[in-house]
Order: sequence, then C-alpha cells, then structure tokens
Amino acid sequence: MLRYALKRLISLLISLAVASVVIFAVIEVAPGDPASFMLGVNAQEDTLAALRAELGLNGSKVHRYLNWVGGMLVGDFGTSYTYRTPVSQMIADRLWVSLPLALYALTLSTLIAFPAGIYAAARRGKPGDLAVMGATQLGIAVPNFWFAMMLVLIFAINLRWFNAGGFVGWGNGVWAGLHSLTLPAIALALPQAAILARVMRSALLDILGEDFMRTARAKGLSRRQALWRHGVRNALIPVLTIIGLQFSFLLAGSIIIEQVFYLPGLGRLVFQAISARDLIVVESVVMLLVFAVITVNFLVDLAYAAVDPRLRSRT
Amino acid sequence: MSRNLFLGTFLSSLVVLAALISFVWTPYDYSALSIPEKLQPPNVEHWFGTDHFGRDMFSMIMVGARTSIAVALVAVGIGMALGVPLGLTAAARKGSWLDEVIMRGNDLVFAFPSLVIAILITAVFGAGAINAIIAIGIFNIPVFARITRGAALSLWEREFILAARVSGKGAARISVEHILPNVANLLIVQGTIQFSLGILAEAGLSYVGLGAQPPTPSWGRMLADAQTMVSFAPHLALIPGVAIIVTVLGLNLLGDGLRDWLDPRIRVARA
Repeated sequence: MLRYALKRLISLLISLAVASVVIFAVIEVAPGDPASFMLGVNAQEDTLAALRAELGLNGSKVHRYLNWVGGMLVGDFGTSYTYRTPVSQMIADRLWVSLPLALYALTLSTLIAFPAGIYAAARRGKPGDLAVMGATQLGIAVPNFWFAMMLVLIFAINLRWFNAGGFVGWGNGVWAGLHSLTLPAIALALPQAAILARVMRSALLDILGEDFMRTARAKGLSRRQALWRHGVRNALIPVLTIIGLQFSFLLAGSIIIEQVFYLPGLGRLVFQAISARDLIVVESVVMLLVFAVITVNFLVDLAYAAVDPRLRSRT
Repeated sequence: MSRNLFLGTFLSSLVVLAALISFVWTPYDYSALSIPEKLQPPNVEHWFGTDHFGRDMFSMIMVGARTSIAVALVAVGIGMALGVPLGLTAAARKGSWLDEVIMRGNDLVFAFPSLVIAILITAVFGAGAINAIIAIGIFNIPVFARITRGAALSLWEREFILAARVSGKGAARISVEHILPNVANLLIVQGTIQFSLGILAEAGLSYVGLGAQPPTPSWGRMLADAQTMVSFAPHLALIPGVAIIVTVLGLNLLGDGLRDWLDPRIRVARA
C-alpha cells in the first residue's frame, strides 16, 4: 500500500508540474503588456519600466516561471494587475463561496442519487425502476444553468422563498449563508445526481448478480438484508470514483452557476479577470482548479486501493 | 428497433432537420429587428414568440441549432481524429514508453475540465465559436484515446489478430485493417454521447459569453439574454432550454439505442 501510494504521489507531482508549465506557457502567449494595460496608453516609458519591475515582468521566462511556482508553494500568488491586491487574498475570499457551494451540491447529489439508484436496482424492470431511469435520462439532458433560471423563476420570483441571487455572506450566520446557496446547489446537483444514480444502479445490479449474493440469500438473509449488507457496500467502490470525478465537475460547473446567481465566487473572479485582462488572476485560479482536480483524483485512487487490495498491484 | 433508438432518432433528426432547413428557409429573418413586435408570447404569427428586439424566436432557434450542431460536431471530429490514432498507437505499443506518454498525457488533459480549457483559451485568444470548438475538442481527445485503447487491447489478444501477425502484417497495418473496424461501433456510440455533451458544453460556454459571438444566434446566449427578462417573458428562457434538452435527450437516447442495437449481447443483460 505504501509503495502504491508513493508511486501515485510521484505521478501526482509530475502531473502538477506539467500542468503548471502548460498553463504558464499558454498565458505567456497572450498578447499585450499588463503594465501598459494598467497604466493606459498615455503612460511614460519610465513609469512603465518601473511597474514592470514591480510586477516581476522582467527577467527570462524560466526565471518568471520559477518565481510563479515558487510563490504559489508558499501561498504567494502574486499581485492582481487591476486591483493591486494579493491574488491569494482574492482567491481565498472567493473560495469561501465556491467551495461550500461545491460541497453542498455534492452532498445533495449523493443524498438524491443513493436512494434513487438503490431503489431502481432493487426494482429492476418494474415501473419504479423505469420512472427513475426516465427521470435520470432527463436530468442528464438539462443544462444546469437553465435549470437554475427555472428555479429562480419558480422559487425566487413567484414563491419568494429565496433570493434570486447574491450571497449574504457567512457573517450573517451559517443558516443564512446556506439558505442563499440552496438554489445554486440544487441546480448544480441535479445533473450530477442523475449520473450518480445511474452509476449506483448499474453498480448494484452487477453486484446483485454475483454468487455471494445468492449465498447471502441461501444462508437466510431476506432480500432487503442481503441488498443492504452485501450489495450496497460492494457497489460503493465504483460509486466512490464517480463522486471524486464529480467534485471537479462541480467546481468547474459552479463557475457558470455563479453567473446565474451573481455569487461572488471563483467563477465571477475569473470572468472579471478575463475582461480586465488580469491574466495573473486567471493563471492562478486555473492552476488552483487543476490542482484540486488532480489532488481529488489522487485521493480517490488511494481510497480505492485501500478498499480493494487487487488494485494496488496494477497502476 | 428499440424504443430508445426510435425516440432518439426521431428527436435528433428533428433538430438536424431544423438546422438544415434553416439554411434555405426560416419563417422570418432571424436577425431582423422589429421593436413594435417585441416580447410577444408564442402566437399564430410567431410560433415561439419574439425576443426583446422583436426577433422571431422560432427562426433564431432554427439557426441556433446550426451553431450548436456545428460546434459539437467539429469538436467530436477533433476528438476522434486525434484521439483514435493515439489510442490505436498506445494499444499497439502496449507497455512501451509511448503508451505511457500517451496515457499520462490523457490524464493531464482530463485534469483540465473543458470549461477551464475554454477559459484559458478565451483569456488568451478572445471569445468565439472557433475557440469554443477547440476547447471542447481538446477535452474529447482523451475520451476517444482511452476508449480506443481499452477496446483495442482486448482485440490484440484475439486469434484473428495473431493470424494477421503471422501472415506478416505490421502493427500499423493491423491497427488500421483489423482493429479499427472492430472498434468502430464503440466509437460511433461514444461519438453520439460526446456530441450531446458538446451541445451542453457549447450552450454553457455561450451562456457565459465564451462561445459564438453576436450576431450568430446560439441557444446559450439566447438564455443569457433572457435571464433579466425571465419574470415577465418566461418563454424567452423556456424555449431555448427545451431546445437544448430535446437535442441532448435525443442524442443520448440515440447513443443508448445504438449501443444496444450494435451489440445484442448487452440487450439481454440490460433488460
């Protein structure tokens, strides 16, 4: 297990290194000089030079790359070109919206998908199964931002249960914060729940066909007992992988959902940064998202190996 | 013909037909502004109503189908054109450094959600349909590479491949002449699924302004425009949304149906 973990860790580090080079290289290609963008067209040559030095834009590409990566390792993401504040601070502020939103959605998606998937598998081929499968087929086809708009129309504009957008901030209490993230979280969770329910169902159906399930029934367990004790527990392994993958979709997906609800999360930060050509912010947020995806996948791999020893020998 | 295949074919061809017809005919000029007629709900003259500029929604939906299909189709094309050869190569050279490099490269691309790729590309090169295609296409490459490699690996163990090797064919020729035709079914099914994901991705990208730019109509941007008017003109948001759902649902059903139809063994197992 330790060897396997070490091996995965090395490949994690290589992936992160390559990803950082790719992101840096793409941003390098971007036309335009941040210093002249910040100071406008009438800027003096010496002020421009001073600003470039201050932003660390001088020096070779390799030097600047190492500066960027080295800075990130100690939590220094540089200074925003437009706001002149540390990027790390901007990201940290926004992360307090995006991360709880993604986790909230992940929780909802799991809470919906597990019962739905287990119910469908237990009633395979019966009307209940068909209804769940039909609903998930529809859930996968619905764009989450459109669903979000419909939620706003129904629950915010017509019923007035929620605000149509904005975030009250965690300063007003956890419940107030969660309340304002509820509609966005539902919108994000729906398509993911549909996918997860299908995975849960098919994983469970695979398990139900196994010999040990027959043995469980033969030793006197009821259908329900066998399903829960031996079926669901074994089906969790593939489901876990999908949950890990979904976390990254949720983080990225929240970028779009934040636009619908005007939430001050990473998504809005990135779009503001793009329109202001604040490339250092774009660069850092993208790196952070990629870091999150790679790390979560790494953790899922480890969890997988911990649960299923057969996987350790393969890589 | 299964129910999935029938319904999928029906819905998909409806959308494709609308897109094709829009080249020669739309009820109105999709870009013609007519302020006096603005924000009409669906009626006899304007079947899907009009938007805030008085443009005919039905015409815009038809032309928008063109945009969605074009972007998603080319993105699938990119994914297949690059992903399939990579997957075939990796399988033919299984365990070699080349295989390793290709698979690790795949993992790396997977770590960039397509939206993040789109953001990077847009930040550097600006928004537009071409950049949306590239962003979605790049993400499709590892999907096709992986599925091709996986299927090809098991084929390489089969006797008929051994026979081909004994008869003196090289790995490249075997890959093209024997492996590729045998993974084609799988690729068609996956292509359908990626096509539907591409439609969704395109809608998302143009919703946040990273996709096709005005005046090209696109369903995602119609939704973005509708957002501030949803309280008094809900049809503006409902109709493009339903168009997206019909397309994606149709393609997904078509993919499921094709999979069952092309592989009767699954039909039994899935019943």
